[in-house]
Amino acid sequence: MAAIEQAERELPAVPPAADHGNGAHDTHTGVVNPKLGMWLFLSSDCLFFGAFISTFLLYRDRGNQKGPTPADVFNIPFTSVTSFILLMSSLTMVLALSSIQRGEMRRFRIWIMATALFGATFIGGQIFEFTEFTRQGLNLDTSTFGSSFYVLTGLHGAHVTVGIVWLISLWGLAMQGRMTQADSERIEVAGLYWHFVDVVWIVIFTVIYLIPK
Amino acid sequence: MSTFTETAPLAPPRPLILRRPKSTTGFSSWFTTVDHKKIAIMYGGTALAFFVVGGIEALLIRLQLAGPNGTVLTASQYNTMFTMHGTTMVFLVGMPLAVAFGNYFIPLQIGARDVAFPRLNMFGYWVVLFGGLFIYSGFLFGGAPNGGWFGYAPLTSSPLSTGTLPGHGPDFWVAGIVLLGIGSTSAAINFIVTVLNMRAPGMTLMRMPVFTWMMLVVAFLTLFAMPIVTSAMIMVFFDRNFDTTFFLASQGGDPLLYQHLFWLFGHPEVYILILPGMGIVSEVLPVYSRKPLFGYSVVVFSGIAIGFLGWGVWAHHMFATGLGPVAISAFGLSTMLIAIPTGVKIFNWLGTVYGGAVKLTTAMLFSLGFIAMFTLGGLSGVLHSIVPSDTQQTDTYFVVAHFHYVLFGGLIFGVFSGFFYWWPKIFGRMLDERMGKLTFWAMLIGFNLTFFPMHIVGLVGMPRRTYTYEPGYGWDMLNLLETIGAFVIALATLLFLVNVIYTARRGPIASSDPWDGRSLEWSISSPPPEYNFADVPRVEARDDWWHRKYTEDADGRLVHLPAGGAVDDAEAEVAIVDDAHAGHGIHMPSPSFYPLVVAAGLPFLGYAAVFLNPWFLVPGLVLILFGVYAWGLEPGTEPGTEH
Repeated sequence: MAAIEQAERELPAVPPAADHGNGAHDTHTGVVNPKLGMWLFLSSDCLFFGAFISTFLLYRDRGNQKGPTPADVFNIPFTSVTSFILLMSSLTMVLALSSIQRGEMRRFRIWIMATALFGATFIGGQIFEFTEFTRQGLNLDTSTFGSSFYVLTGLHGAHVTVGIVWLISLWGLAMQGRMTQADSERIEVAGLYWHFVDVVWIVIFTVIYLIPK
Repeated sequence: MSTFTETAPLAPPRPLILRRPKSTTGFSSWFTTVDHKKIAIMYGGTALAFFVVGGIEALLIRLQLAGPNGTVLTASQYNTMFTMHGTTMVFLVGMPLAVAFGNYFIPLQIGARDVAFPRLNMFGYWVVLFGGLFIYSGFLFGGAPNGGWFGYAPLTSSPLSTGTLPGHGPDFWVAGIVLLGIGSTSAAINFIVTVLNMRAPGMTLMRMPVFTWMMLVVAFLTLFAMPIVTSAMIMVFFDRNFDTTFFLASQGGDPLLYQHLFWLFGHPEVYILILPGMGIVSEVLPVYSRKPLFGYSVVVFSGIAIGFLGWGVWAHHMFATGLGPVAISAFGLSTMLIAIPTGVKIFNWLGTVYGGAVKLTTAMLFSLGFIAMFTLGGLSGVLHSIVPSDTQQTDTYFVVAHFHYVLFGGLIFGVFSGFFYWWPKIFGRMLDERMGKLTFWAMLIGFNLTFFPMHIVGLVGMPRRTYTYEPGYGWDMLNLLETIGAFVIALATLLFLVNVIYTARRGPIASSDPWDGRSLEWSISSPPPEYNFADVPRVEARDDWWHRKYTEDADGRLVHLPAGGAVDDAEAEVAIVDDAHAGHGIHMPSPSFYPLVVAAGLPFLGYAAVFLNPWFLVPGLVLILFGVYAWGLEPGTEPGTEH
């Protein structure tokens, strides 16, 4: 009896992380530090994108535009497909997280890789789009539409690219067995970033492609 | 982004190219420390060094303007000087000083052992240092910034500017501001998470010391302001280098957009700089008046109100740009509105001093000087909010006078008050009070001698940012006075540095609570141990430490409780230090190389942007990727290390 009690007492608290003096557990807000930090970073990033989106809205139909207009270059069905693929990557990210939370590492590796691949497909679509637009005569310096379009979507693409590198690193760690069920919090943080990037794309896609002039 | 993985489990083996640093003392430990108190000292030292540099730039400006037809600087050197003076004082002195105090005292005031992200904290410091050195390296590599600290496009962005602003000046400025933004954003995230998540049991938000409260507001302002200026910097960068036309009116761009973006950052920035000073003053006044802060909750809420209203007033920097009567009336009104919470604070401070047993220490003098000077600056600010008068004053020395009264009279006086108040806690030695008082009076006199006449020369028409002037406008005498004043300020600063050096060896050893303080940082030894609190305190009241020392007797008189405080009680103090379990079993984060590695990669990206040379990207990306990867895999605390 006493032995069982003893054993129970010695069971490590889950997850088995020591108190690092940085109080990651038992926080006032109920959200662990890394997640709260990521939320704050993303709130900051909202204003970053907000500035570029406002700039685009201000500039897309300025009077003295040269070169192609949005209506000339946009291929909305094509971009809708790549956007859909990007949104599906949020679904696979959720599946990856729930897999690692349940300790199903093989599924986790599949889903995280799928997320990265969907992201990469989206980036591929963006590269194709950019080359196509350039071919049709829309460059960075063609018009304020060109400037604000390329810089806004390019910065979003850069965010996606950082996310892809991150996801592939997580996949690589999982392949080496360095990523376990106990690390699900890190996947959650990566997931927050990834979902944010997707949500931002919904806004950008709506503002740039769908709202008519 | 694995910067947020401080709580990684310890188990798996790691690839290590750099062996984990072990030492937490000695010279080398300063490069790898994750102790928030050491990082704070580094921030403070760096900021003071830049304060001296920015001060020298100010002196050169004043020498040039001391008399008519000055020849100390050429016109273009003068441009560089006022640009670098402004940039340095805002980004490399004001913000790092606030972060220094915040880093040291937020955890101590809320009863935490550490900040939320120790390594991110370290990273932020190195980014600020490298960002500062990066901007200054412009002097060596083809031109320091010369477009003003506000860098107005299209002056800084258009191809035309190669004629007016030759060299790489604006490039260095643009890339440098982005770097410094990364640093201050990491500090802001760290502060917010620390305050929200890591308060000691019982430390509710409305029991937090006002300084911590104001730093929380500042962190939110920083978090939301920096990305906006970063976006403007990116657009300027593209305009300069890839012929985009964001700000070129002839191609459909809008120069006003730059001003909107810049001031949408720039005005909250003013409160980022002033709120820490307000917080320090709110700590200092009650202690030396021996009264609780008058209207604590009003002080807190007015600080939050300032944080919100600060976003609604940016266009008052643009009254002369022709925004239209409706817009400028609205922004004029909102600007007057923000004077209300500011005024409320001033009455609270006066109410705190009123009827108190005032002790005029140096820290107290600086705080009182803060109130007086800041009030004057605030009043001339109200004059600016009246649009017709602003139209007359804008871009004259009247504006220069105003913002120096607010920022020097506010921020710098507040910070010096903080130095004298908290020095014993940080370094365990008292600063010399006699020298300190001399510093204060020299600074107060020099300050008023420098900046008060600027109101007058401004009103009689002397434009700012002008490098020389003809005799006969009635500006000569006043300008000479200003220059003399500037040198008196320099003398005061020098005296402070002498004080620091002198007392480093000779200063009296400070007890843990030399001022009979009120907040938790005075409950632990001076300087505090690495783990801050041997036992995490249980907070039961606002000014908890004070309530542990004093109680009321039956007649309502204040009675000192020696047992609770251990203030002058040498025996009790020894007991704390020698406490058998003090420090044992407390895991502190282990030192790390990687924040330094990642930060070292960033300036390379800056140089790649300035010189448009992709070869700079290679070492930059290698350092960053390697650093981030290793950082992510490295556990926060090395297993088996205990203090």
